[in-house]
Amino acid sequence: MLKITKKLEERTLTVEASGRIDTTTAPDFENEIKDSLASVSELILDFSKVEYISSAGLRVLLSAQKIMTKQGSMKLTNVSSEIMEIFEVTGFSDILDIE
Amino acid sequence: MKELIIDALVENLDKVTEFVDAQLEAVDCPMKIQMQVDIAVEEIFVNIAHYAYKPDVGPAKVRVDVSGDPSVVDITFIDHGVPYDPLKKEDPDVTLSAEERQIGGLGIFMVKKSMDDVSYEYRDGHNILTIKKALGAR
Repeated sequence: MLKITKKLEERTLTVEASGRIDTTTAPDFENEIKDSLASVSELILDFSKVEYISSAGLRVLLSAQKIMTKQGSMKLTNVSSEIMEIFEVTGFSDILDIE
Repeated sequence: MKELIIDALVENLDKVTEFVDAQLEAVDCPMKIQMQVDIAVEEIFVNIAHYAYKPDVGPAKVRVDVSGDPSVVDITFIDHGVPYDPLKKEDPDVTLSAEERQIGGLGIFMVKKSMDDVSYEYRDGHNILTIKKALGAR
């Protein structure tokens, strides 16, 4: 289960994901982000309620990062220590801006 | 030992995860380790769902065995699809930049990094992949 809440303020899009980002839910997560990215220059992904992320979720983050590198910036906020460890093991902590 | 036999379909992932979690929760597995095991189970089961029987559908057997004190969990995945050893896949280069990163192979890499042991064998027409993880102090 994954719940997604979006807030667009001027050119800043904040996406709060709540639950599990896995093979089943990652396509929704990707579509929700991509559908709203036109004219966005700052993408903030609030990870405070993300309990789980598998490689399917990492794929979405990498693809969002590639888009935002071209049109502005992207950062992740409120990442738990468990999720952070996954980013570290996979080298994602080096390619993502994690606050 | 508990066993689940289920069609290797991505939409059955939740059922497989629930089955494994029930065994882990019975021994008070710490949340962090449960997440690591869940990730490993997802990566392996989804691999089978994507590749083992294409374009047909076939079964996957998931066997969970918790033993010892402190507990160690062994999870075995068995399918009779095309022979495929995911451990032979080359590890991704995790030092590349976002632009250069290739995403293939990341799932099985996460399994290798987070489990204590991962082994594969092809025997009597079956792919048999086993992961092992110590569940730590109760």
